[in-house]
Amino acid sequence: MTTRAVENWTLAPLTDFVREASARLVLLMTPAGQVLAQSGFSRAVDVMSAAALGAAIVASTGELAKQLRQAPFAALNHQGHRHGIFLSTFPIERGTVVVLAVYDLDVSSLGLVQLFYEQLATDLKAASPKGSVPKQVLAADFERELSESLNTLFGR
Amino acid sequence: MNTALDLITRVRGVRGAMLVSAEDGLVIAEQLMEGIKGSAVAALAASLAGRLRRAMEAAGLGTSVFWHLQADQGTLLVVPAASGILVVAVAEADVNIGLVRLELLRAGEAVA
Repeated sequence: MTTRAVENWTLAPLTDFVREASARLVLLMTPAGQVLAQSGFSRAVDVMSAAALGAAIVASTGELAKQLRQAPFAALNHQGHRHGIFLSTFPIERGTVVVLAVYDLDVSSLGLVQLFYEQLATDLKAASPKGSVPKQVLAADFERELSESLNTLFGR
Repeated sequence: MNTALDLITRVRGVRGAMLVSAEDGLVIAEQLMEGIKGSAVAALAASLAGRLRRAMEAAGLGTSVFWHLQADQGTLLVVPAASGILVVAVAEADVNIGLVRLELLRAGEAVA
């Protein structure tokens, strides 16, 4: 399974998480949908779709929590017949990281993903560059930035 | 469910007992001594249960009834109940295995 990162400090924690939790697909991204790293995806279009949909779910559930006057939901899990989808966020010094993980129910479980997600969050917090400001993507640069990220993620 | 766990934790040398969903590895009920990470034990026991089930099927042995994993500093005992619940006990290395096994099987019948 291929694991690639736009932000190199995410690579080791993500690789460990994928191995330990037996996750099939994992995406690390910002709440805006900018991808930091991916594992298991074979097509750029799938990464773009998953990032956009994951970011949208985080935004909509966050807004729902606001409407209910409570803190944002800690995690969201959707379990199907063969696969589960786990979506959660945690803060690091540079902002918020969104984790989207898809796991096969044959080889993994929600308990296993939750267990190693906690380790992933701890490892990423420790590995994230300290004192740096996250790079802002301006609208004018968006397409070039997206293209560069996808090239990195798929080794082009 | 708590009564079933009471009977297991009453055995001398048992440090904790749990009911775990075999399908998703989440804790259903637990009575654990301090220092035992219930969610981690549950997730890993359920993962192991899935792999053991497949190994038993591949070997043509049917379903497992009881497992006993002996470690340096203790032992993990598990009974997979018919309802998809794992009855798990964490115990000292010198615990009376026969007695714990009996209580686990009783608990397994109670939650089935």
